[in-house]
Amino acid sequence: MELREIQDILKANVWAGESRLDMEVHAACGCDLMSDVLAFAKEEVLLLTGLINPQVIRTAEMLDIKAIVFVRGKSPTEDMINMANQKKMVLLSTDQPLYVACGKLYGRGLMNKGDN
Amino acid sequence: MKLHYQVDGDNFLVAGEASASLKRTLKQLGIDSSIIRKISISMYEAEMNMVIHAYGGVIDVEISTDKVHILLKDKGPGIPDIDLAMKEGYSTASHEIRELGFGAGMGLPNMKRYSDHLNIYSEVGVGTTVEIIVFLM
Repeated sequence: MELREIQDILKANVWAGESRLDMEVHAACGCDLMSDVLAFAKEEVLLLTGLINPQVIRTAEMLDIKAIVFVRGKSPTEDMINMANQKKMVLLSTDQPLYVACGKLYGRGLMNKGDN
Repeated sequence: MKLHYQVDGDNFLVAGEASASLKRTLKQLGIDSSIIRKISISMYEAEMNMVIHAYGGVIDVEISTDKVHILLKDKGPGIPDIDLAMKEGYSTASHEIRELGFGAGMGLPNMKRYSDHLNIYSEVGVGTTVEIIVFLM
């Protein structure tokens, strides 16, 4: 699924990587615990999280995660946006809660587990 | 190839910078991405532990033809019971650390899960040394 489609489904704002919305993801992982993301997430998934701090970007970098959706109406900080731009990541945010955001993407065909 | 990193304590903005730097180096060396992933995750968890629990420390990395050897040394409070600390879910991290998405008691188990050899030497009041080895083939 293209990130542009994900942006549309979740009515998401784009905070970083607007020129990379044609990138595809095939799996997603919804999680607020970065240690669990490190333990279980597969490579190159979409990460959905309600956690806002620079370690989210760092954790994504360790796992080669290229796109993150912040849920529950939360926005990334300027530090996070700068880090994401340096690492060529896409940052999106949506007002949807984590459960609903994951459900909508799953229902539209993003069905591979990322794990978690 | 030998690399040396200094890790600041309590600076969460740059925490993980050493692991990110090593990851870039390993990519430049053309090492297989699944092996880089093992090294990155185990070192990142160890580096975060240094920042969270031990006021920072030093990391020495040696990359040879057959393995990556990582030695993380701190002068933190030490780990009183390593067997207990290895259990998934056991954590002594503060509420502030949990708000960062860490402190879930997965750090040491994750290091064990992703490394080929993990050795922890710790003395209460003196510090902790973590040795991580990941084979390249």
